[in-house]
Amino acid sequence: MTQDLSIRVNGEDRRVPGGTSVAEMVGLLGLDPLRVAVERNLEVIPRSTLGQVSVEDGDDYEIVHFVGGG
Amino acid sequence: MNAPQSFNSDTWTVAGRTFTSRLIVGTGKYKSFEENAAAVEASGAEIVTVAVRRVNISDPDQPKLTDFIDPKKVTYLPNTAGCFTAEDAIRTLRLAREAGGWTLVKLEVLGEAKTLYPDMRETLRATESLVKEGFEPMVYCVDDPIAAKQLEEAGAVAIMPLGAPIGSGLGIQNRVTIRLIVEGANVPVLVDAGVGTASDAAVAMELGCDGVLMNTAIAEAKDPVLMARAMKAAVEAGRLSYLAGRMQKRRYADPSSPLAGLI
Repeated sequence: MTQDLSIRVNGEDRRVPGGTSVAEMVGLLGLDPLRVAVERNLEVIPRSTLGQVSVEDGDDYEIVHFVGGG
Repeated sequence: MNAPQSFNSDTWTVAGRTFTSRLIVGTGKYKSFEENAAAVEASGAEIVTVAVRRVNISDPDQPKLTDFIDPKKVTYLPNTAGCFTAEDAIRTLRLAREAGGWTLVKLEVLGEAKTLYPDMRETLRATESLVKEGFEPMVYCVDDPIAAKQLEEAGAVAIMPLGAPIGSGLGIQNRVTIRLIVEGANVPVLVDAGVGTASDAAVAMELGCDGVLMNTAIAEAKDPVLMARAMKAAVEAGRLSYLAGRMQKRRYADPSSPLAGLI
């Protein structure tokens, strides 16, 4: 029996099921992992390994993309 | 320098990438993505600057910039707008590199919110770190020939001095220092910030700059798409004028029609 994990994503509290990979977590948020960049506890996770890294309780994520800017 | 055979062969190269358009446009402050895309098209720009920001996780289905401006057709140049320390800028660009998959980036480290003037100590520090990490930073800076040289020595792939504060539209305030930077640089020099109208862009090009980067001058024009066209024409006109080599200035008149044969 896996327990839910408490994480922070872009400053908001979220819960995901235990055993979730970072790629799955991004998908659960409704985002395409191929169009964002993910930072976990201040370390960028290479896109190629998003599926192999497991979400852990207490993780702090920043998920970013490109927006208009000068 | 030798003038190109034709205007079409007049390209410029930054970090091994060659471009024909000498106008780089921002993608901020537009009323809509549609207007933004139309302005980019009208400007002829081959490079656009973009910012790196949090995804809105409460509403992930919002339209995205990449739906309207295709990063496969136009080179996205990620910036560090809003960063006030070297660490913030480096963190932002590490994410940008992962989001985009490329190392050509625009570095700007700001000193304060009121003037958005660059903090050159932090900018130089960030440039050194980014180059060590394999980035190719085009660097926004003050219009100071010594600072520009220091950035180049630190590995900046382009020097981008301000013409005037970001978003001010005041035009190029110090033509002398911009020209000194151009003369001293061995990497491309682009005026970044301060352009307000087409003649400002032409001035930058007449000073020998390799290009001009602007956002607000187009986005806040009454008709941004028309202004984008104007800027394209101005950058081309300024470049051609620079290559042609302007006439000397005189203090008094010199008639264009012959004096001989006057009746």
